[in-house]
Amino acid sequence: MSETIFSLRDVNYIYDHGDEYALREINLDINKGEFVAILGHNGSGKSTLAKLLNGLFIPTDGTVLVNNMDTQESKFIWDIRKCAGMVFQNPDNQIVATIVRDDVAFGLENIGIPTEEMPERIDKALKAVNMLEFIDSAPHMLSGGQKQRVAIAGILAMLPEALILDESTAMLDPSGRKEVLETVKKLNRENGITVIWITHFMQEAVEADRVLVMNDGKISLDGTPKQVFSDGRKIRSFGLDVPPMARLSEELINRGIVLPNGILTVDDMQREVLKLWQSNLKM
Amino acid sequence: MRDFTLGQYYPVDSVVHRLDARSKILLTIAYIVAVFMAGNLIAYIPILAFVLLAARLSKVPGKMLIKGLRPLRILLIFTFVLNLFFGAGEHILFELGPLTIRDEGLSNAIHFTLRLIFLVSGTSLLTLTTSPVVLTDGIEMLCSPLRRIGFPAHEMAMMMTIALRFIPTLVEEADKIMKAQSARGADFSSGNLKQRATAMIPLLVPLFISAFRRAGDLAMAMESRCYHGGEGRTRLHVLRFQKIDFYAFVSVTLLIAAVVLSKNLINLP
Repeated sequence: MSETIFSLRDVNYIYDHGDEYALREINLDINKGEFVAILGHNGSGKSTLAKLLNGLFIPTDGTVLVNNMDTQESKFIWDIRKCAGMVFQNPDNQIVATIVRDDVAFGLENIGIPTEEMPERIDKALKAVNMLEFIDSAPHMLSGGQKQRVAIAGILAMLPEALILDESTAMLDPSGRKEVLETVKKLNRENGITVIWITHFMQEAVEADRVLVMNDGKISLDGTPKQVFSDGRKIRSFGLDVPPMARLSEELINRGIVLPNGILTVDDMQREVLKLWQSNLKM
Repeated sequence: MRDFTLGQYYPVDSVVHRLDARSKILLTIAYIVAVFMAGNLIAYIPILAFVLLAARLSKVPGKMLIKGLRPLRILLIFTFVLNLFFGAGEHILFELGPLTIRDEGLSNAIHFTLRLIFLVSGTSLLTLTTSPVVLTDGIEMLCSPLRRIGFPAHEMAMMMTIALRFIPTLVEEADKIMKAQSARGADFSSGNLKQRATAMIPLLVPLFISAFRRAGDLAMAMESRCYHGGEGRTRLHVLRFQKIDFYAFVSVTLLIAAVVLSKNLINLP
């Protein structure tokens, strides 16, 4: 089977300034190349989990292994961060330089890449997020979605194996959200980059390979989107909503219309409704 | 509030852009010295020629340079008017009621106004033609000999880069907060000085809080991109002295020479 990239064993996490567990007994393995969506309401621990994955936070108990490197060992910390890059929520607060090119170079400079190699890596990374034409632009002139794509390029240039996006679409408008999600999906599909996609937009989790639902510092549900969203009542009990199409099919089923379980996208819904309509015509 | 050019890079390819950042910084310092040395109005002719030449070579549109002066217009008018009417001097050139213009006042007024204009337009050429990152790289390298006595050259350069990066963001934010507070009846533009200063508090408090939050976020983002200080760091922009740097130094030496000559040879007011 495929190799694991993140491996968490009995992880507890308590913030310095509190005595409550932010995370409790997390056991989790994530395989290379997976697209994992992590859902949860505010304070469910999903961001804390993300920060444990690249050594920004060190677990209070238990171990976090990234490519078999323990985040507790300080000698690994830069290799871990090189391997698992992180994109944050606020697009303005993660861009360091005043020119897109220089910002993408920031990570490369930090890990000591020779000057001659940088331009090629920068071009490649910006091309991968479709931002090459903005290489000489000032970040504050870009839209939110474009800024997030620059942030992604800054990480891609360091050739990571995994990309952790901590609510990176929360502050964007719908078109910006789509831009970023499409970019990340492409990177997952074409470059085999593992993606940890943290969000509270249910719709964004629909196309993931795997969905984790966090509640009260624990992983409450873990499965494919179909499995996770099949029980609307359970999802709601965690303070979340089901994706719009799952909701619609739930309502239709409640009204006695025969639809299969696990409709999550508009395309699925369209196909099923057409099928139903055609079979009604035949009768 | 958005149209200041200080710290705003104008990205084109020109001879001035290609100059080594270190030489541009040293040139600018030499230029500032030349402006302060200008003892009479004649001395401003070589300075004007130097700025015009540099601006021409840099391909920065003159409009940009003039726009950089705009935030200073009140200061310029103040300087001119104050010097004009309150200057000393033996000869009275013009008198109208309590207003008198004396010869020294007039020459001082022109002198100081020109000095300000040349200082700002000349130095803003540095920031217009040098990307802030390259600029701070230059400062860092110029200061790096001081590291031996414990001067944090890299840290200072990094702080400056970040400050420059966040100026537009914070200006935008201040604007937003101001509008939000105005919408709820805050008044920033009337009342006496004390009232106005008090009115700024509801603007400054949220701005500071947000700046601290941004700093926290940025620190985390930088750390997760493997930032760990200046050690073992490579650079995208490597600074190299070239032939054009040599010519630039020659030209600024000529400028200083011309200014000194005009001071000593021509004895005009």
